[in-house]
Amino acid sequence: MKYLKQFTLILGICFAGEALHHILPLPIPASIYGIFILFALLYFKVLKLSDVKETSAFLIAIMPAMFIPAAVGLINVYDVLKANLLPYLIVTIVSTVLVMAVSGLMTQFLLRKGAKR
Amino acid sequence: MNGFLSASSYFGILVSLIAYLIAVWIRKKFGYAFLNPLLVAIIITVAAVLLLNVDYEVYNSSARYLSFLLTPATVCLAVPLYEQFDKLKENAAAILAGIFSGVLTSIASIFAMSKLFGFTKEEFVTFLPKSITTAIGMSVAEELGGYVSIAVAAIIVTGVLGNIICEAILKLFKIEDPIAKGAAIGTASHAIGTSKAIEIGEVEGAISSLSIVVAGIMTVLLSAVFAGLY
Repeated sequence: MKYLKQFTLILGICFAGEALHHILPLPIPASIYGIFILFALLYFKVLKLSDVKETSAFLIAIMPAMFIPAAVGLINVYDVLKANLLPYLIVTIVSTVLVMAVSGLMTQFLLRKGAKR
Repeated sequence: MNGFLSASSYFGILVSLIAYLIAVWIRKKFGYAFLNPLLVAIIITVAAVLLLNVDYEVYNSSARYLSFLLTPATVCLAVPLYEQFDKLKENAAAILAGIFSGVLTSIASIFAMSKLFGFTKEEFVTFLPKSITTAIGMSVAEELGGYVSIAVAAIIVTGVLGNIICEAILKLFKIEDPIAKGAAIGTASHAIGTSKAIEIGEVEGAISSLSIVVAGIMTVLLSAVFAGLY
């Protein structure tokens, strides 16, 4: 019963996230509202970690595989991308590397500065 | 063949999962970092779909149950976030400033390169949300008048790329602090990168999860401003 209860709880939170997405006029998806809801339930001790632990660990562990269908779907838009593929790829690759480097270096710099003080 | 496969309720999801298991096995067997399991799994699945001459719609009729689990899995990222909350609170200012610098870098670099390549405004706003999670990014591109299908492609390629290269990039720039690593991966490559951050470590995973949320919201707000400047 433990797994069924945990999974039901998690789907219930998804549903609540969907409801918030429906009610509030913000471009925030159900999954992000769901993170806030589950976090709040844990933080305010409405739920215990043990109420979701195993099922959430399982879902997070298999998460990479969940991105395969969307990525395979790229074969459908290839015709649209083909004409400008090179500039599109350059923009995507260069900006991803820059963002990763800048956000990481900035966070590390501020952490170390804070630690010294 | 397509007749049987298009009637199958399991083909798409089974091919995807087997491809992922093979990819994980290949990575373990040979150990090279460039043999990224997600990338290898995508290549195997695409090859299977093309070789068996199966339409994407047929493949996706069962593979979509895998995509269906993304929302519950994303919600579960609240768990590592909760477990690491003390660490997060202690370093909140540095983390938020780091994510903000990444979001600004994303917008500024896309702005500059769009000008360089002579992109139209529609193309520019299509790429603006490429580092944030798909559901938010799609609506940003749509709202600003971009091409939604290209935006989704850019978001997925960004995520897979982040997943593949993050360990090399972090090493190259000597980003060693687990908190900084998490902020870098989540800000640059949303949930797909985060699935790698979780494998690297608990702190990395938690901060990367947080970065999806924070970078997503910051990008929504800033994109609207910068779209008007192009």
